[in-house]
Amino acid sequence: MTTLAANLRDRTAIAAWTREHGVYLALLVLVVFNAIATPNFLTVDTVQLLFSQVPPVIIVSLGMALVIGTGGVDLSVGSIMAIASAVLAKFVTGGSPIGVAMLAAVAAGLLVGVFNGLVVAIARVQPIVATLGVLVAGRGIALVITGGALVELFVPVFKDIRLGKFLGIPYVMIVAALLAVAVSFLVRRTAFGYRLLAVGGNRRASVLAGLPVRRTLVVVYAISGTLAAVAGVIATARLRASDPSYIGLLMELTAITAVVVGGTSLTGGRVRILGTVTGAILIQLLETTLVSHNAPDSVARMVEALIIIAAVYIQRPARSSR
Amino acid sequence: MTTPVLAVTSASKRFAGVRALEDVSIELHAGSVHALVGENGAGKSTLIKLITGVYQLDSGSVRLRGEEVAFDSPRSAQRAGIATIYQEVHLAPQLSVARNFFLGREPTRFGSLDLKRMNRNSAEALRRYGIVADVKRPLGELGLGIQQMVAIARAVETDASVVIMDEPTSSLEPREVDLLLDLVAQLKAKDVAIVYVSHKLDEVFRACDTITVLRDGKLVSTGPTSELTRRQLISRMLGRDAAELDESGRTRLGRRELEDGEPVLRAEHLNRRLILEDVSVVVRPGEVVGLAGLLGSGRSETAKAIFGALPLDSGDISVDGKPLTHQTPASRIRQGVAMLPEDRKAEGLIPDMSIRDNIGLAALPQLTRSGLVSRKRVDDIVKTFMTRLRIKAASPLQRVSELSGGNQQKVLLARLLCLNPRVLLLDEPTRGIDVGAKAEVQALVAELAEKGMAVVLISSELEEVVEGSDSVVVLRDGAQLGRLVGDDITEDKIMDLIADAASEQIEASEQIEAEK
Repeated sequence: MTTLAANLRDRTAIAAWTREHGVYLALLVLVVFNAIATPNFLTVDTVQLLFSQVPPVIIVSLGMALVIGTGGVDLSVGSIMAIASAVLAKFVTGGSPIGVAMLAAVAAGLLVGVFNGLVVAIARVQPIVATLGVLVAGRGIALVITGGALVELFVPVFKDIRLGKFLGIPYVMIVAALLAVAVSFLVRRTAFGYRLLAVGGNRRASVLAGLPVRRTLVVVYAISGTLAAVAGVIATARLRASDPSYIGLLMELTAITAVVVGGTSLTGGRVRILGTVTGAILIQLLETTLVSHNAPDSVARMVEALIIIAAVYIQRPARSSR
Repeated sequence: MTTPVLAVTSASKRFAGVRALEDVSIELHAGSVHALVGENGAGKSTLIKLITGVYQLDSGSVRLRGEEVAFDSPRSAQRAGIATIYQEVHLAPQLSVARNFFLGREPTRFGSLDLKRMNRNSAEALRRYGIVADVKRPLGELGLGIQQMVAIARAVETDASVVIMDEPTSSLEPREVDLLLDLVAQLKAKDVAIVYVSHKLDEVFRACDTITVLRDGKLVSTGPTSELTRRQLISRMLGRDAAELDESGRTRLGRRELEDGEPVLRAEHLNRRLILEDVSVVVRPGEVVGLAGLLGSGRSETAKAIFGALPLDSGDISVDGKPLTHQTPASRIRQGVAMLPEDRKAEGLIPDMSIRDNIGLAALPQLTRSGLVSRKRVDDIVKTFMTRLRIKAASPLQRVSELSGGNQQKVLLARLLCLNPRVLLLDEPTRGIDVGAKAEVQALVAELAEKGMAVVLISSELEEVVEGSDSVVVLRDGAQLGRLVGDDITEDKIMDLIADAASEQIEASEQIEAEK
């Protein structure tokens, strides 16, 4: 009996450990696999390529982590990327300086995020439904802004965004890292972060403790929208064009996967920033791995699906004793 | 004596080692209405869930017409003829009344739904029960009372021999309650055995033949309604025998002379449709005002209204002479009001957070400088209160959900106390905590009052209200029955007030019946 009890305790301990640290282990396994099976994997080039591809995923996932921390989800991030990209194109083709155009693109993301937040916090629509609206409508809006077509953009700054490096690290990766540090600080040290976790942990109790629950939710969705727009600008620079029907496509699923794999619970009340960043890198590397082994894109999607199911399974709340 | 339709013998159930029900037996007879009464946590819903297969018995047995049964799900209980009607109607509100009436047993014609027959038959059936409703309308568009009755009629039409009603009238208007009780009488005439769970005593006395009282998971008494007075029933529910009570009508030891000063809290003429009716609570500095009444009497609602968590239709609330305006907990906290909610888990704790973070939660604005939380100030305040309230934990960083009930309650109290409130509303501060912690919490409340705080105390244990309060407001059905002070505060007098009001109401309604 005692061994059984100990065994059970071990099992819950293992489950808890997997939940917290599984993502690092998975990344390690994938790196080791690649080191053995993929030619020329362990080179500076590989790392640089990965670090130039992964930043948009990281940036979107950071916002998603906050939203999921409140017990919600933001399905609109991919469409917000498209909207930001379209706004960017509109301003650039209209003759605005690139700095203004970028600011306008990010402001558009902020605006859509605030809208999501208001629908969730004030109208009390379920987050999945509220943001589904923008997911569906967003690309349409983006297409209307660009006039329904792909707009090629020739902006010198885009080359820097694409290829610029500092000490060998792509600029965009530095931006993503700085944003990760900022969001982590927000969660750990500010009253806002504290409130976010409380709202996600128990909304009713947060109201009764006098927390500004609605304001917190609006700000969280606003941050998510803003970060998605930043990712949209980077994606546009990389593509050298605004293509509303392609930019940010399925990004919401990738970001949710990164967040959940990284140890943030879908039920809310917990946010893991380092885990989220690692999760984003894991998914990007997985995609690269599958591509370099000539697996078709469809297989990549299936593998991603398997990972999200496994992650959600590990993250599921322990069954209550009742 | 006929064999009972359903007999529960020596039923026991524990959850994670905590007793929910111990050695309880009841018998249900055909054509008889059996009331199940008791306060929160008495074991009523556990008993029902054991009968209907939601939970499984730890020991004991359930016999249906003499044969032992063990339902593994509510569905199998339903198939055996046991129907349960909950407070909320568990039907499909978008579908028509007729569709709902036949839900799961729809008549078909050439493989498709026979809507005509459904409409005709359901209309007929409902008419038989005296229910007037357009069966083609979506169920959700009807009043709650009608919905409730459609659910009941449906249950009976599916040949239920046992119908369990779990607080069926809690969200009904008085007129709808009358209709529902008529329906109960009709079911009775059809030889259905009925379990009626309610905390509304007048309904229990009007509609039920047998009354079973549960308390703390144990059977207190069971017997014919005619042999029980209202007064006896109330005392059985609240925890003492009537005889024993006369001896113990003792009030708080060394009741202090209160400073005369201006009241800290003035909450007057609180009104909220169907919930509160002209309730007033006035608390002077250093005073503990108890709110007494049965479950559903409006005691928690009064506290919630003062705290801004229950919007009022009208009422004047002021603290230290300043009127309170915004009806939100956040603004009340800023104005010096703090509330310990009734349901620790659902309304108080953030389970995933540490003890430290749970304590600091409400005082966040005071612990924050330009958006940044001062770790040192949080640590200081947490340390102070963990020592002061003797919160036993491995460290302040331990998850709050790992603590015992008593320590969790102390964490919530600490959360309120670091706000340094003028008014403290305590809803069931000692529910579900062990004896030691209970004594500590009670001592703390007395101490806080002595320091000049205004305290409102709610407890379903009358003893606690009597011993801990300087004055007591007695409530029933959301209305104020009276206010007791000084030596008048005894369990006896409180129960008399509740019982008298109950019988007055019965007499009044009987008179109306007679005049008809």
